[in-house]
Amino acid sequence: MSGPSSYQPQNAFLKWFEARLPIGGLIHSSFIVFPNPRNLNYWWTFGGILAFMLVAQIVTGVVLVMHYTPHTSLAFSSVEGIMRDVNYGWLLRYLHANGASMFFIAVYVHIFRGLYYGSYKAPREVLWILGMIIFLLMMATGFMGYVLPWGQMSFWGATVITNLFSAIPIVGETIVTWLWGGFSVDNPTLNRFFSLHYLLPFMIAGVVVLHIWALHIPGSNNPTGVSVKSSQDTLPFHPYFTVKDALGLVVFLIVYMWFVFYLPNFMGHPDNYTPANPLVTPAHIVPEWYFLPFYAILRSIPDKLGGVIAMFGAIAVLFVVPWLDTSKVRSANFRPLYRQFFWILVIVSIGLGYLGSRPAEGGYVIASRILTVYYFFHFLVILPLLGLFEKPKPLPASITESVLGKGAANVTAGAPAAPQSK
Amino acid sequence: MTTAAPASEDYEGIILAENATAEPTRRDFLYIATGAVGAVGVAAAVWPFINQMNPDASALALASTEVDIGALQPGDSLTVKWRGKPVVVRNRTQKEIDDAKAASLSDLKDPVARNANLQLDAPATDANRAAAGKENWFVMVNVCTHLGCIPLGQSGEYNGWFCPCHGSVYDTAGRIRSGPAPENMAVPVYSFLSDTKIKIG
Repeated sequence: MSGPSSYQPQNAFLKWFEARLPIGGLIHSSFIVFPNPRNLNYWWTFGGILAFMLVAQIVTGVVLVMHYTPHTSLAFSSVEGIMRDVNYGWLLRYLHANGASMFFIAVYVHIFRGLYYGSYKAPREVLWILGMIIFLLMMATGFMGYVLPWGQMSFWGATVITNLFSAIPIVGETIVTWLWGGFSVDNPTLNRFFSLHYLLPFMIAGVVVLHIWALHIPGSNNPTGVSVKSSQDTLPFHPYFTVKDALGLVVFLIVYMWFVFYLPNFMGHPDNYTPANPLVTPAHIVPEWYFLPFYAILRSIPDKLGGVIAMFGAIAVLFVVPWLDTSKVRSANFRPLYRQFFWILVIVSIGLGYLGSRPAEGGYVIASRILTVYYFFHFLVILPLLGLFEKPKPLPASITESVLGKGAANVTAGAPAAPQSK
Repeated sequence: MTTAAPASEDYEGIILAENATAEPTRRDFLYIATGAVGAVGVAAAVWPFINQMNPDASALALASTEVDIGALQPGDSLTVKWRGKPVVVRNRTQKEIDDAKAASLSDLKDPVARNANLQLDAPATDANRAAAGKENWFVMVNVCTHLGCIPLGQSGEYNGWFCPCHGSVYDTAGRIRSGPAPENMAVPVYSFLSDTKIKIG
C-alpha cells in the first residue's frame, strides 16, 4: 500500500537532506498520508496506546535506574529511598509499576481484538507472530522487573519461575544453576535480571519496528474484515487516526492515572513490601496478575514437566492461530458461532486468571483443570472445525458500503464523508 | 594463450552454475573450510559470554558449613543456610522414625533415596534417608523439588513437610508422597565431626 513517497519538501534544507536520507518521506508515508480503513473503531487505538506505554516505561525506567542499586543488600532500601527521599521518586516508581500493568491490559485488549476480528489471517500472519514475540519479550521484561525491588514476592517469584526450567529432563538442573549464577536465587541473579530488564525493552522497540513494517505492507485489518478495495475505503492517517488514537490514549491515561494516584498498590502485592528472605516462603505466593491465567494452567497439571509444557503450550498455541483457524471470513461480526466461542474464551481466560490467584486446593484445582482443557479445546478443536461447519453471514461488498449502506459506494463527487486520501 | 585463460574460467563457472552435483572444486573446499574455521571461532568467542553466567569462584567457595547440634532435643530442628538454601537438621522423635519406616517402597512416588552420601540408585528406605547409624538424625535440603519453595516442617498429611506453594506433601523422611513435586527432597553431603557437630557440604 505504501507506494512511492508523495513527500515534497518545500524548504531548501529539507530538500537537501531528503536527497541524502529520505527519512521525512518515510515518516510522511507511514504516519501522515498512510491510508487506513475508514471504519476503524476504538479497539484499533490500542496499538498507539501500546507504543505510548513502551516509551513511557523506558523513560520512567531509565530515570529510576539513576536511583536504584542492584545488590541484594541495597536493592530493597534503594527502592524505599526512591519512594521516600528522591524528588518525585514515588510518582516515577508508581508510574513505572502501574505502567507495567496498564501495558499488559492494553496488550491483552490488542490481542483479543486481533482474535475477534481475525487480524491474524492471511496476509497478516507474520505481523501476528511478531506481535506474539513482543508479548513474550514483555512477559520476560515484566517478570525480571518485578524481581528488582527484592521483596518477598520478588524473590520467591524468581525462584518459582526459574525452577520451571528444572523440569527439563537431564539438563534442567544445569540450566537453572546457570540462570542463577549460583545454587539459589542470589546477588548474581539480581544483577543479571537488572541487566536484562534494561536491555529487553529496547529489543521490544526493535520488534515493534518490524511489527509496524509488517502492518504497513497489507495495511490495517478493519471491523468488517473485508480488504480495502479502493481509495474510497480509506482515510489518511493524519488527521483522522492521529486524533482518534489521541482520544483513545487520553481516556486510557485517565484510567492509568487513577491507579497511579488513587490505588497505586492495587495491582501489586503487599508481601513485596517485606524484604526478601531466602529461608521463608510466603504462605501463598502469586505472580503478577498478568501471568495468573498461565500460572493457573501450570498448577492445574499434577505433574511437574507436564505443567510446564502446558503453560508454555498455552502461549505457543497462539503463535499458530493463523493456521488453526480454517475460516475464510476474518471478522467475528460475520461469524455467528465463532463470535459466541470468542466470548466464552474471554470468560475462560479471565476465569483462569481468577483461579491462578486462589490457593491450589480443592474446587479451585478442579475448576482450573476444566478451564485449562477448554482453553486448549478452543484453539485445537473449535477453531479448526468451526471454519468447516459454520455458515457465515453475507459480507458487505466493501468497507464503504458497510459504512454508508448499499448504493452509497458509487457516490463520489463531493461526498464530505469520503475525502480522497492525498 | 593469454586470451584463453579467462575464457576457460568462464567456462568452469557456467558448468558449476548449471550442475550443482558436479565434481567439487578446490574453491568449494576452501569455501567450506573457511566457513568451518569461522564457525569454530565464533563458538569459541561466544563461550565466555555463556559461561560467565555459571556460579563464580566466590559462590563455589561457600561449599561447606559446620553446625553444632548439641542442643537439639528429640522433636527439635534447626535450619542453616548452605549454598543460599535452607538445610534442616532434625532430631526426629521415635514416632516420626516409626512412621517413616512403616512406609513401604511401593507407596513412594520417588523410590530413590536422593542422598548425596549414597549411590545414585539407593532405594528410598528410611535408613537410606537418615544419618548412617543414627536414625534419629535427619539432614535435608529443605527445598521443594517442584519449584523451589520452602516446605513447612511438621505439617501436612504425614506430619512431615508441606509445601504451601503448590501443595506437595512430604513424610517424616522428606520423601514426596503426594502433590506435583517429582522427587524426594535432597539429602546433602554431610558428615559427623563429633557427636554434636556436623559438617554440611
